[in-house]
Amino acid sequence: MTATVTPPAAAPGAPTPHGVAEARSLFDREILVHSLRDSIVKLNPRVQIKNPVMFVVLVGTVITFIEAIAKPSFFAWAITVWLFLTVMFANFAEAMAEGRGKAQADTLRRMRSETEARRLRTDGTEERIAASELSKGDTVVCEAGDIIPSDGDIIEGIASVDESAITGESAPVIRESGGDRSAVTGGTKVLSDRIVVRITAERGQTFLDRMIGLVEGANRQKTPNEIALTILLAVLTIVFIPVVVTLDPFAHYSALVSGATGSGTVSVVILVSLLVCLIPTTIGALLSAIGIAGMDRLVQRNVLAMSGRAVEAAGDVQTLLLDKTGTITLGNRMASAFVPVGGTDERDLASSAQLASLADDTPEGRSIVVLAKEKFDIRERALDTPHQFVPFTAQTRMSGLDVDGQKIRKGAADSVKRWVTEHGGSIPADLDPIVERISKSGSTPLVVADGPTVLGVIELKDVVKQGIREKFDQMRQMGIRTVMITGDNPLTAAAIAQEAGVDDFLAEATPEAKMDLIKTEQEGGKLVAMTGDGTNDAPALAQADVGVAMNTGTTAAKEAGNMVDLDSNPTKLIDVVEIGKQLLITRGALTTFSIANDVAKYFAIIPALFAATYPQLSTLNIMKLHSPTSAVLSAVIFNALVIVALIPLALRGVRFRAVGAAAILRRNVWIYGIGGIIAPFIFIKLIDLILVALHAY
Amino acid sequence: MGLFLTILVLVVALGITWRYLGSYMANVFEGRVRYLAWAERPFYRLIGTSPEQEQSWKRYAGSLIIFSAIFLGVGYLLLRIQGSLPLNPQHMGAVKPALALNTQTSFVTNTNWQNYGGETTMSYFSQIGVLTVQQFVSAAVGIAVAIALVRGFSRRNSPTIGNFWVDITRCMLYILLPIAFVAGLILVGEGAVMTLAGTATIHDALNGVTQTIPRGPAGFMGAIMQLGTNGGGFFNVDLAHPLQNPTAITNVLYIWLTLSIPFALTYTFGKMVGSIRHGAALLSAMVIIFGVWVGFTSYAEHTNNPAVAAAGVHSTVGNTEGKEVRFGDTSSALFNVSMTQTSDGAIDSASDSYTPVGGMGLLTGMMLGEVTPGGTGSGLYTILVYAIIAVFIGGLMIGRTPEYLGKKIQAKEVKLAGLAALVMPLVVLILTAVAVSLHAGRAGPLNSGPHAFSEILYALTSQGNNNGSAFAGLTGNTAFYNTIGAVDMLLGRFAIMIPALALAGALAGKQIVPAGLGTFRTDNGMFIGLVIGVIIIIGGLTFFPAVSLGPIVEQLSHGKFW
Repeated sequence: MTATVTPPAAAPGAPTPHGVAEARSLFDREILVHSLRDSIVKLNPRVQIKNPVMFVVLVGTVITFIEAIAKPSFFAWAITVWLFLTVMFANFAEAMAEGRGKAQADTLRRMRSETEARRLRTDGTEERIAASELSKGDTVVCEAGDIIPSDGDIIEGIASVDESAITGESAPVIRESGGDRSAVTGGTKVLSDRIVVRITAERGQTFLDRMIGLVEGANRQKTPNEIALTILLAVLTIVFIPVVVTLDPFAHYSALVSGATGSGTVSVVILVSLLVCLIPTTIGALLSAIGIAGMDRLVQRNVLAMSGRAVEAAGDVQTLLLDKTGTITLGNRMASAFVPVGGTDERDLASSAQLASLADDTPEGRSIVVLAKEKFDIRERALDTPHQFVPFTAQTRMSGLDVDGQKIRKGAADSVKRWVTEHGGSIPADLDPIVERISKSGSTPLVVADGPTVLGVIELKDVVKQGIREKFDQMRQMGIRTVMITGDNPLTAAAIAQEAGVDDFLAEATPEAKMDLIKTEQEGGKLVAMTGDGTNDAPALAQADVGVAMNTGTTAAKEAGNMVDLDSNPTKLIDVVEIGKQLLITRGALTTFSIANDVAKYFAIIPALFAATYPQLSTLNIMKLHSPTSAVLSAVIFNALVIVALIPLALRGVRFRAVGAAAILRRNVWIYGIGGIIAPFIFIKLIDLILVALHAY
Repeated sequence: MGLFLTILVLVVALGITWRYLGSYMANVFEGRVRYLAWAERPFYRLIGTSPEQEQSWKRYAGSLIIFSAIFLGVGYLLLRIQGSLPLNPQHMGAVKPALALNTQTSFVTNTNWQNYGGETTMSYFSQIGVLTVQQFVSAAVGIAVAIALVRGFSRRNSPTIGNFWVDITRCMLYILLPIAFVAGLILVGEGAVMTLAGTATIHDALNGVTQTIPRGPAGFMGAIMQLGTNGGGFFNVDLAHPLQNPTAITNVLYIWLTLSIPFALTYTFGKMVGSIRHGAALLSAMVIIFGVWVGFTSYAEHTNNPAVAAAGVHSTVGNTEGKEVRFGDTSSALFNVSMTQTSDGAIDSASDSYTPVGGMGLLTGMMLGEVTPGGTGSGLYTILVYAIIAVFIGGLMIGRTPEYLGKKIQAKEVKLAGLAALVMPLVVLILTAVAVSLHAGRAGPLNSGPHAFSEILYALTSQGNNNGSAFAGLTGNTAFYNTIGAVDMLLGRFAIMIPALALAGALAGKQIVPAGLGTFRTDNGMFIGLVIGVIIIIGGLTFFPAVSLGPIVEQLSHGKFW
């Protein structure tokens, strides 16, 4: 018996390995179909009224529709259809932008399966309830294999957690009670051990819920700049209504005084066409799509913005506060040089240093082993002779190895010097100057000794991330000041700041100092962006205009910031700024384009409008369009098609390059301003030629 | 004087005034010039205010409205009873209600649209006590609004924008009175008539004709009429009258007087906001548009009038119909363009007789909103409104929420700037539509064809922009045109002033964002280009259809555009 094998449908509730930022092509088929359906739903006048420009087009469509029924003609019907399409294209653009978010939200929703929670009663016994019934303050138990039912803080235990469902990062993370790594997110999976979690989120207010709401844009509100632009577009719409409406009495009067035959009445259909062509439909149609797509681009990079306002603010940021560790430097200090003292051979120093670090599992220790291999090809050796590792303790501040009578130690200069003196050795005269030099250059000196003999110093260097300097140069070009925040002393900080090319630094930073810095900058009128993860960062995150909390951070930090970076990559702050700028540029460019288009439309429609009264005006028909009707129809078709043509630009955003403001402006004025004047002349003429060829006018 | 010499003299003179008068005005309004403090004090005591008592924008606007309303009412009354008042050697009767309303509105709004003939309607008392006083006062009000808006930019986190009473007192005492006085002396010295004696009767023995020549206090009135960009002359034919504009020197002086304050205010702006470059940028935008319009109109007037050419007459000296032969074609065009682009509205040649495109140069100059350089004060505050719109669109294109001089341009500012920019085209177009639709309106024009439409459009554009320039050829002294004109002028003045003051209030309350490399530059060529673009696009897009039904089609009827 043969059975048709259907591929098993993805089990609902199975966490997808993609995280939120599931890559989708711009014109995903599924989204396209959804969007087409949504564009019809959006025809609801109550939806349309929110967009004054498109509302006018809709009203115009109704007027031409009535006119077409009353006095049927191919022209009236063609205009009606194209005006209706103009409205539909606008709806489609918005639906497309939303569709991408909705698709992502669906993925998340599938993940938020009805998990069971093991709630702890006050007497310590467990009960099983649905996760959705949990409320804030409950404590639950999660063991290996359990899905954490809601957001909370670990109050007991330590566990490795798979957060890939949210972050897309497959490597498990360690979560433990107390400190800055205690927060867990609902929907993530415990891989090992047992933890007790106190729920910190209200029902329906979990991170996952909020995330779904955000990517879906369910309660999207217009951002301040979007409101301002909508007002400007409304002004540009209102002003053209009297321009068009007064043309009727003007034409009547002109016919009267010019003695032309006929009453001079201009066709209502042409007047409506003129109005629709003049009002800024291009930007009006794409405005909300641009905003939604901006948020979406952030989501693509695994950053969740809690509001569109924050994205806009990101474009305005003038000061970036960046944590040194993890953002500017790789996070770990690396051995960069062996400096022998007292006549020791450098190779011997490297060899001893390597021995002392064999058991040192810290990144610093490993980097010493690597450096010894790179410089002198000293391989890791298996120690066959009896030996004993001396681990690092806070008291001794040294670690090392006892083998073959050798007592090798490495550690902070003071500790090792004391240890050498205690063993009856003397301190070589060149040690102190070398230690001092290394400290001053921003590196950390580790002194190596063998019993009473000081062998030399290992220079541990803070390694600045590759390419970061170029990033900062770009920032400077964009007029953004970068400030490095570090707990290091001013000397070390200055050296690293110089190497990384930041504009300023805050050394020995405390949360209070950070807060003060933000406030000072803001008092000067600047907008400040920062990243943070700890609970003590929360006030500063809340104070900053753009506060990006790391997903690995505490709940407090995540609530204080207005963005969450799911990848917990502080360098992404720079991307966030670029996305903010790109969003604003796209709005400005399309507004300019939209207004610039009007010039050509006038030259197409005005001669056609008064063809009966003043045939002389045909001189203005510089495009040599075929006839009045073909001219008007071409302009209307151009006006509708340009929306469709610009949807990809609206969704992707205008290409942003990190150059100075003047260069960006010049480029955009040329492309969207001058280009916006010229392009319609060409395309309206082309459409006219096609209409004539098809005899469709 | 040849056109080029005239222009050279003007450029030099205006350059000097831009720098020094501009700086002086900033000092006056920031309270650093105090040599007439003794004269200021009685006024403040009378009103019960002092320079320390600053006003919010609402109180500032309130004071302005009350002040203007009082002048409107009192002036109207005085015109109505002028027959019973002194200084009336020719025994002029009361001015009719509609005409009195139109005239008084016209002078309160700095329009100086004249539906009357000065020498045949107004007593000397009305000329001096009502009209000339208004020419000072309305100019001062315009400057005060401009200064208040500039304070919106220069102040940070301030709830107030200055004191209206102090601003107009200082403007009057330190700026308008001294300059008008000196200019008046020069005008009279050059031969402008200045007398309170009635008309002169001259019998020409040669041809046996007896002429009655009207006279009056024209010389000094001419000074403030031009300095305050009022334009309402003593005589019906305004500055074409030899007793008002006797020599080439006075002709240039009149142009200089008109352009001096509007241009210099851009320096004042630059100085008050702490960046002369910003003032120079606005100045450049004004000068470029002004220059193009002068070139366009002068060229148009230098060509033959196509209607005259069609009659078989070929002139070699340009279109001279309706022009004073003393001034010639291009200098006349320069004069009239200067007056239409300053909201002055005076003429020294008949605009109605310009070639259609020449007339279009004058008409469109006003349609750009009177910002190049516009009226005293009104030019600056209106161009600032356009600059805000330019900043908003341009600023977005560099990826920042827009800011101008460190002030964030947000929803409220866009709303107010949009409102201020919207009023004029809206009012002009709608009232023109009303005029051409009603019998009373249609009865106005003396011509037929597109020229008739131009005449109506010109009249309402001129009043809506508080210009007062008359195209002529329109019977304006009717109840209909007097009333519709009054509405036009009031809306064109106060419906822009109020949002401009609200804008000042909104901006003054804001923080100043420091400029950096990522800031949109508002003091360079690109910005100048954007401002010009916004002015031309808003003016052009709103009026293109109307203009195409007037001057454009008229010119095209003659065969070709040039």
